[in-house]
Amino acid sequence: MDNKIKAKAIVFGNNIDTDVILPGKYLVLVNPEELGKHALESLDANFVNKAKTGVILIGGKNFGCGSSREQAPLALKYSGVKCVIAESFARIFFRNAVNIGLPVIECKGVSLSIKNGDEIIVDLENGIIQNLTNKKTLQGTKLPPSIMNILTDGGLIKNLQKRMKKND
Amino acid sequence: MNLTEKILAKASGKKDVHPGEIIDANLDMVMIHDLTGPLAVEAFQKIGTSKVWDNTKIIVILDHQIPAESVKAAELHKKMRQFSTEQNIKIYDVGRGGICHQVMPEQGHVKPGDVIIGADSHTCTYGAFGSFATGVGSTEAAAAMATGKIWFKVPSTIRINTKGKFQKYVTPKDLILHIIGTLGVDGAIYKAVEFTGPTIKAMTIAGRMTLCNMAVEMGAKNGIITPDETTNEFLTGRVKKMPDIKILQNDKDAEYEKTVEFDVSKMEPQVACPSSVDNVKLVNEVGNVLIDQVFIGSCTNGRLEDLRLAAQVMKGKTVKAGVRTLVIPASQEVWKQANDEGLLQIFTQAGAMVCGSACGPCLGGHIGLLAAGETCITTSNRNFIGRMGSTKANVYLASPATVAASAITGKITNPQEIKV
Ligand code: SF4
Repeated sequence: MDNKIKAKAIVFGNNIDTDVILPGKYLVLVNPEELGKHALESLDANFVNKAKTGVILIGGKNFGCGSSREQAPLALKYSGVKCVIAESFARIFFRNAVNIGLPVIECKGVSLSIKNGDEIIVDLENGIIQNLTNKKTLQGTKLPPSIMNILTDGGLIKNLQKRMKKND
Repeated sequence: MNLTEKILAKASGKKDVHPGEIIDANLDMVMIHDLTGPLAVEAFQKIGTSKVWDNTKIIVILDHQIPAESVKAAELHKKMRQFSTEQNIKIYDVGRGGICHQVMPEQGHVKPGDVIIGADSHTCTYGAFGSFATGVGSTEAAAAMATGKIWFKVPSTIRINTKGKFQKYVTPKDLILHIIGTLGVDGAIYKAVEFTGPTIKAMTIAGRMTLCNMAVEMGAKNGIITPDETTNEFLTGRVKKMPDIKILQNDKDAEYEKTVEFDVSKMEPQVACPSSVDNVKLVNEVGNVLIDQVFIGSCTNGRLEDLRLAAQVMKGKTVKAGVRTLVIPASQEVWKQANDEGLLQIFTQAGAMVCGSACGPCLGGHIGLLAAGETCITTSNRNFIGRMGSTKANVYLASPATVAASAITGKITNPQEIKV
């Protein structure tokens, strides 16, 4: 995975829960591409069209609260979301996102500072978020090396495959 | 150390642990179900190990979309059965178990002091038995099935100290709604929530499960209650060997991030209004809210004691015309007991529909979805937009007593005002 991500921002509010990210009725879908077609549709029917070419999602407090469904971060990832930056995350969502290889960064003040359509560059390794539109830079929480390793390997399974091989 | 820290220290082979520390914990139990299990199985197969770490410490439960509501669901169930057979893992299939969080303790898979993960956010329910239990996603469940280990950041703990006796028709559900209304849906993110005090001491296992079940609705990692005689009584005969609970007590100098006090003695019935669990009002303050559907069930309030309470309110009465009422006992065991006690008869005669044990309408995947513009009052735990069907439906959360009273009148009603 590239340590620098550049894309336009789409901004949502506080407490975006996993039921609006991906409603329960789609949990029988197994193909991640299929899941991606329904990401956030109950909040914005047009989201998937906007996200297609790659976006950075900005959230408020408690992003991803609710159920443990990993299908929620999967749906975001396959809809075109390259990274989620939020004021704070629900813990299961945070772990799930890392485990499936979707970068997540916590950053206080992000939801006020970044507007819809702003051009953003994220430096994952250092947690630095640069807004090219308003020329401001924000410092997010740096991910610990253990989590960065999982992300750079492309998720927990690839990371485990590697670790298990080493142990052989 | 407090109870959560003690359990995590033991599980990671340390003398003590402190909030913020990252540990590798050995697991006592892993649970997956029909919606999170298939992804976990797929991930497990990719890891490249052929056998799970310990087949006696993994449980598969089919409960969310049972009986299969579509060919897609049927395929997923088939996959789970195959995996269970291949790996020789205990599976609770249709008609054999019920909702995962009821079945796990009922069938003796939860013990005080255990570290348990489940691929379901309400796994925190098992804290009611003095275990450390938390929800994870499918990939992490897969990694746990392969290795028997998981990393945790040791949480800081918020203590909820309670006192007082509940008034008639005020229940642990009202207490937890009131707590969430006070602390907010992000009031305990990443943290442990420990429930203490005389009210908890006097509370039944069912009530304690309701409290711990909803800890995740304020973002908590786990809910927990010190095991005592009540815990012993419930688990004896269910678990193979009861651990010594004397060592599972808080130290005298146990530390908490903060303590919040609640007195339940004057508490009134509470309702969480659409579309956030912390949008909590007194039932007498919600105004004239007409309802279309009523649901009594789920891992929050589908236990025998909940059904008894609802039946007490509904006995000899009929559900208001135009309202549909669904009653779903949380497990086969609860179903049988409710049947033996004549509760199901009371519901059926009142004009309710009693369904087989499953998650049902709670997650809007199967059974009793809502149409646009419809309103439902339910004993379950989430009222998010689209949770129970249409994104334009309204969901209110309340206790079994309030929900049953509302079924009778056709609008949100204080159970204390119903003549029994
Ligand atoms: S009853 Fe509802 S909350 Fe409980 S496990 Fe089932 S879907 Fe989840």
